[in-house]
Amino acid sequence: MAKKVLVLGEVRDGALRNVSYEAIAAAKKIADGGEIVGALIGDGISQLANSLIAYGADRVVTVEHPHLKSYTSDGFSQALLAVLDQENPQAIVFGHTSLGKDLSPKIASRLQSGLISDVTEIEGSGDSALFIRPIYSGKAFEKVKIKDGVVFVTIRPNNIAPLEKDESRSGDVSSITVDIQNLRTIIKEVVRKASTGVDLSEAKVVVAGGRGVKSEEGFEPLRELANLLGGAVGASRGACDAEYCDYSLQIGQTGKVVTPDLYIAAGISGAIQHLAGMSNSKVIVAINKDPEANIFKVADYGIVGDLFEVIPMLIQEFKALKVNS
Amino acid sequence: MNIYVLVKRTFDTEEKIVIANGKIQDDGAEFIINPYDEYAIEEAIQVRDAKGGKVTVVTIGGEDAEKQLRTALAMGADEAVLINTEDDLDELDQYSTAYILAEYLKDKEADLILAGNVAIDGGTGQVGPRVADLLGINYVTTITKLEIDGTNVKIVRDIEGDSEIIETSLPLLVTAQQGLNEPRYPSLPGIMKAKKKPLEELELDDLDIDEDDVEVKIETVEIFLPAQKSAGRILQGELSDQVKELVNLLHSEAKVV
Repeated sequence: MAKKVLVLGEVRDGALRNVSYEAIAAAKKIADGGEIVGALIGDGISQLANSLIAYGADRVVTVEHPHLKSYTSDGFSQALLAVLDQENPQAIVFGHTSLGKDLSPKIASRLQSGLISDVTEIEGSGDSALFIRPIYSGKAFEKVKIKDGVVFVTIRPNNIAPLEKDESRSGDVSSITVDIQNLRTIIKEVVRKASTGVDLSEAKVVVAGGRGVKSEEGFEPLRELANLLGGAVGASRGACDAEYCDYSLQIGQTGKVVTPDLYIAAGISGAIQHLAGMSNSKVIVAINKDPEANIFKVADYGIVGDLFEVIPMLIQEFKALKVNS
Repeated sequence: MNIYVLVKRTFDTEEKIVIANGKIQDDGAEFIINPYDEYAIEEAIQVRDAKGGKVTVVTIGGEDAEKQLRTALAMGADEAVLINTEDDLDELDQYSTAYILAEYLKDKEADLILAGNVAIDGGTGQVGPRVADLLGINYVTTITKLEIDGTNVKIVRDIEGDSEIIETSLPLLVTAQQGLNEPRYPSLPGIMKAKKKPLEELELDDLDIDEDDVEVKIETVEIFLPAQKSAGRILQGELSDQVKELVNLLHSEAKVV
């Protein structure tokens, strides 16, 4: 049976996040021919509606309010519940982002529904859709479904390919007025720490350093390489514990789980906890002085050598490649 | 301050996952307190030591979870509660877990509830926010700093690497992110004391919960291991040639750059 699916479009720095387009692609599978309704919540965001439509949404509902300028669970849940009340969809898709992780359980609680978090793949479509998600940080996977009621899922960035952008698509954009009130949380300030501006969980390329990086300064060449490739810098627990970098960069079973197209592990030995956080990356490159390092067991390509020699050479070669192509 | 910490018993992060008959095998596996919950316990102890009050750790599970509760008591928590569902329920999901916890907590007048931001086994991160919503209190997830002054609360929250400075107030539920603190190891006197600290065991009946109220919303169809990666290629030759070859392979063969 065709389903009406609501997709939450997530805005960051004035633009829609990639994961929102991926969410539309996921919604298409669940909808099985049903309507895809995009929801946009914020302040001054309605001009982004056409992007959602170009990527496959049939129409868009916006909720704008000065109190929605920054995300708060109180503000956004009031706005989204108003949209859900009007639209009454049979399925809901969010990105499994900081915002999605924070908001989705509250909405699921209000709907008294199940919620399948962090989906990496959808098998089948419509009523028979099954959702695949990592457990034990990717050491295993489970295939699950909602027993009954609304099909509510969050999808992991970078795993479900977005549909082709089609600027010729058109659709209705409407707005709902919601009186946003009783915000119990005030955002005083956001301190930007992510150095390259590319979010680790959404990055197509991750350059990660371990104990072998040896110091805070040792991360510099990794940062340069990440910048060059439009990627983000990550780290192993060892590097974080040694205070070479912030814990927000940690990849592993405690820390972030990433699945970029390219993962470059520099000076990382490859403890089982670290592998859990990155071994599902599409292509893995390992650079390590120790040829016995565990990381080589999951690497597609390995270079046995000193990262401080290899990384600068890699930077040169990638620069040359960019000039030539 | 009346403080509660929601904890979960999980596989040790060192454990490999083995599946037999469609289920994850736990024979002989080591179990620990979910690492993110350890941050929550540590923070609760620090808040109590600064402001006074009582820390109660709560878990849902079977008899086995008593060990993790004793560890939390040895760290410095005052009381522990095991909501034992072993005889009543075959399965739990985030909906049912949150329901049970909220039913337990609803008349406890908690000022502060702490939990890990995610459990490293199921990995959904849903239970904390769901419990807060059921209790009608505010929540803040993935916190890295907590300052309490009267009922005013100042929080630093990790949002994908950036930090958000937040002001809110008690009562409140927060979920702990790495970097919040350095969890202590239980001391020997702590372990001795923990043996005498109260550990209450409850069943669904004690909470007036009917089995129908906690029927799971999600059905697991299959559990499987990821496809084994075949061993990769270790490049050979002069380092500079290896680097050239690598860039070439990434560009032409793997097509990722």
